[in-house]
Amino acid sequence: MATVSEVSVRSGRRSELTLMALAWVIIVLALALVDYHAAYLELVDIAIYGGAVAGLMLAAHITLRRVAPSADPVLLPAVFALNGVGIAEIRRIDYAEDTSFGTQQMIWAVLGVAIMIGVLLVVRDHRKLRRYTYTAGVVGLVLYLLPLVPGLGITVNGARIWISIAGNSVQPGEFAKIALVIFFAGYLVTNRDTLALAGPKVLGMRFPRIRDMGPLLIVWLAAMLIMVYERDLGASLLFFSIFLGMLYVATERFSWVAIGMSLFFVGGAFAALTVPHVRSRFEAWLNALDANVYSSGTSEQLVRGLFGMASGGLFGTGLGEGRPDLVPYAESDFIIASLGEELGLTGLMAILTLYIIIVQRAFRTSIGVRDGFGKLLAAGLGVTIAVQVFIVVGGVTRVIPLTGLTAPFLAYGGSSLLANWLVVALLLRVSDQARRSSEAVSA
Amino acid sequence: MSEISITLLRFGFLILLWALVLAAIGVLRADLYGTRVTSRGRGRNARSRPDARTNKTAAPSRAGTGVRAGAINTQASAVGHLAVTSGPLKGTVIPLGSAPVLIGRSPTCTLVIDDDYCSAKHCRVYPEGDAWRVEDLGSTNGTYLDNQRVGDPMPFKRGDHLRLGATTLELRS
Repeated sequence: MATVSEVSVRSGRRSELTLMALAWVIIVLALALVDYHAAYLELVDIAIYGGAVAGLMLAAHITLRRVAPSADPVLLPAVFALNGVGIAEIRRIDYAEDTSFGTQQMIWAVLGVAIMIGVLLVVRDHRKLRRYTYTAGVVGLVLYLLPLVPGLGITVNGARIWISIAGNSVQPGEFAKIALVIFFAGYLVTNRDTLALAGPKVLGMRFPRIRDMGPLLIVWLAAMLIMVYERDLGASLLFFSIFLGMLYVATERFSWVAIGMSLFFVGGAFAALTVPHVRSRFEAWLNALDANVYSSGTSEQLVRGLFGMASGGLFGTGLGEGRPDLVPYAESDFIIASLGEELGLTGLMAILTLYIIIVQRAFRTSIGVRDGFGKLLAAGLGVTIAVQVFIVVGGVTRVIPLTGLTAPFLAYGGSSLLANWLVVALLLRVSDQARRSSEAVSA
Repeated sequence: MSEISITLLRFGFLILLWALVLAAIGVLRADLYGTRVTSRGRGRNARSRPDARTNKTAAPSRAGTGVRAGAINTQASAVGHLAVTSGPLKGTVIPLGSAPVLIGRSPTCTLVIDDDYCSAKHCRVYPEGDAWRVEDLGSTNGTYLDNQRVGDPMPFKRGDHLRLGATTLELRS
């Protein structure tokens, strides 16, 4: 037996400010480079942009000093840097394709930071969220169901995962996943002992009783069915992984992961053989470079992305100097390929390392925080980001079949960006509790 | 802007990205390595005892096994060492002083071996005059001194191999 205690608990606010300054330089330089190569460089614009970014950073920083003084110091700079690099790349593709996603993404980013600050101000103690365990579960399911409501839901590219609110399309699934993480955390922390210990033993593994498992199974099955019906493969994979990850963290039983993974592989193989939609995805993944598959259009996007990244090489073509716009959806689903082309392997690795840092902070928070609900919440949110990045990057680099998910903070998409800023807000709130010394918490 | 400055900015951007990553990792180092793992120890007044790690050259492979800290008086002139040459605790060295050494699975033993073929109190190595002797404490699977089963106390000389379960011990000077 051993206990882990922190030797010195520094709030880290000053290191956060230093890292933020570095992130600010990266964000502004990225946009300046993009504008320069598109021959649109206006120093006034850059100054306004730089001022706005600095204002947002300071607002977030001051909020943390006020309401979460011990919160994790590297989360915010990492997230800001990712968001800024994403905006620059989206703007770069705007110049090539004459769209205005970049400007919209900037507005979403401002809203995202505002939502984060709002959540930090309103939710002063993450443990209060536990009261809304079942509410969160119902809200999550309703959000998943919304796109199926006639007149409200809209179908884009074969997936019915958007709803239309006042002319804007919103992807409620992005918010539903947070609600379901809260539900799982609240439910599992109450029932983890009965789930882990009580129940019949079959083949040397202990299975939980139906009445303990019931609510979990209902929510899980409903969400999976809805997503399969909406043809949202990436989201169903993400949701399944969150479910398994949190179950494993709560019960410490590897049998769950083994059962879940084998079920998933059996289900995936079955779907790959029978469902035409899934089958074509598998075909495009396994035989991407086959001339027939390519000319049929199923693997065109994937292959173009691969060639883009290959032309980027080790150090990339430079921001604004490549041709990422040759890939369809270069600003959303394939932003990783666009960045891989223009920043090269070196830049992409830096971006992936930033993700690793964010996920590591989430798990470290989970270890450090004292209450079980906070542990599960932080771990669940960490799994969310980790799995999402894996599914996106794995899909784009042809490690796993391509599914439509957005890279957190980088890709264009208002719902995704807002939801991920919400995740950051919750992580900051839990980490404040985790890093504060025990005297300060009890006082 | 000239070609060269653009190229410099291009690489400068990558360097800045990595600078952020490395700076963030630098901030995290305090968190990664700044934690103190406090062993709760075994038995009472575990904290006042010296750290178990000071008594042997290699850490035991599993918690709950190993040399019971404080059980050996390291201050006394060491006449020899008892070295574990095979088994789960391979690499562990116990300095022999003037006190007898109890070996077995029980946490009260000097050398705690986590091995199903060991008994709770398996055998005892004790000094008699200038020499050391080994005695079996009624173990289930027996103690062997150079392939000879130990029953009554037998002399334990330098270079002799003592086998119990999966563990082999050697007496060294």
